[in-house]
Amino acid sequence: MGLEFYTSRLADAVNWARKYSLFQYPFVTACCGMEFMSVWAPKYDVARFGAEFPRFSPRQADLLMIVGTITERQGPVLRRIYEQMCEPKWTVAFGVCASTGGFYQNYSTMPGADQCIPIDVYIPGCPPRPEQVLDGLIMLQDKIQEKRGFVQLREKREHDAVLQATGKLKVIP
Amino acid sequence: MSIEALARAKEILGPAVVSTHSYRGDDTVVVKPEGFLESMRILRDDPEVAMNFLSDMTAVDYFGREPRFEVVYHLRSFKTGARLRVKSQLDEPEDGSNPVIDSVSSLWASANWNEREAWDLYGIKFRGHPDLRRILMYEEFIGHPLRKDYPKEKRQPLIRRPPDEV
Ligand code: SF4
Repeated sequence: MGLEFYTSRLADAVNWARKYSLFQYPFVTACCGMEFMSVWAPKYDVARFGAEFPRFSPRQADLLMIVGTITERQGPVLRRIYEQMCEPKWTVAFGVCASTGGFYQNYSTMPGADQCIPIDVYIPGCPPRPEQVLDGLIMLQDKIQEKRGFVQLREKREHDAVLQATGKLKVIP
Repeated sequence: MSIEALARAKEILGPAVVSTHSYRGDDTVVVKPEGFLESMRILRDDPEVAMNFLSDMTAVDYFGREPRFEVVYHLRSFKTGARLRVKSQLDEPEDGSNPVIDSVSSLWASANWNEREAWDLYGIKFRGHPDLRRILMYEEFIGHPLRKDYPKEKRQPLIRRPPDEV
């Protein structure tokens, strides 16, 4: 009982630290990049939320920002960048193009980046206003704190599976 | 000035010309696809017309019309400042293979990528092109997406998420 209590408190503290130190990798492909720069710049100042540092190497990033249209041809590249990131990692689809393909309904555009990688937060808008982006960022921080991020949920499932296999966790049908 | 260029072009191309028209300074000459390279070479090398710059090249699919395809070249002369649009109409072969026309990339190097684009998106083959590969779509892509009979909703994904990745 005592140990359980400590570990869950520790995870909370770790997640609190994680959510205020999001190092992001901007995967900028199209016009949404303009709005992304404005979120970044001092006026909207994403640094207030601890998501200040762009790392131009996926290996050092926690947060993959998909900013702009993803074409079918870019799909394998995006997938590889996602797989290069160290866990725990989160992804944000910035703008309707990255979320659903937007108004592009044609042979070349991927209908949403979630066709090839998992997405945690979708930010609508063409392009989204900076306030919307900050709102999405806060949603992501809540998700991280509550361990509802995609990777966190998977970790929990794997952990539970191990516990079940060793008989430490019982599933009540 | 450019009316003169059109008249001169008509004169030097002779029987290769199918038709010409001029509308508000836009001069167009339609030439036969046979001997296309030779016609273009004449337009480039003639000292009066001297179309030494290819500013754009593209293709059009007039689906349901005969001949179905048309290639469009926009030429410009640095010597006289005149512009000329050269078109050529291509039938779709009976057996459904790709229409073929001469490549002009030996005359203007800038035609190289434009012709690759026309091949990629319209499926028009360019005879004598040094490197006729797809340029915008990926090699695995099947078909030519800007043809009017390419299905609008058809997707050819290179990658999708593994189905067990929840
Ligand atoms: S959502 Fe709009 S602004 Fe953003 S990349 Fe797409 S078209 Fe451009």
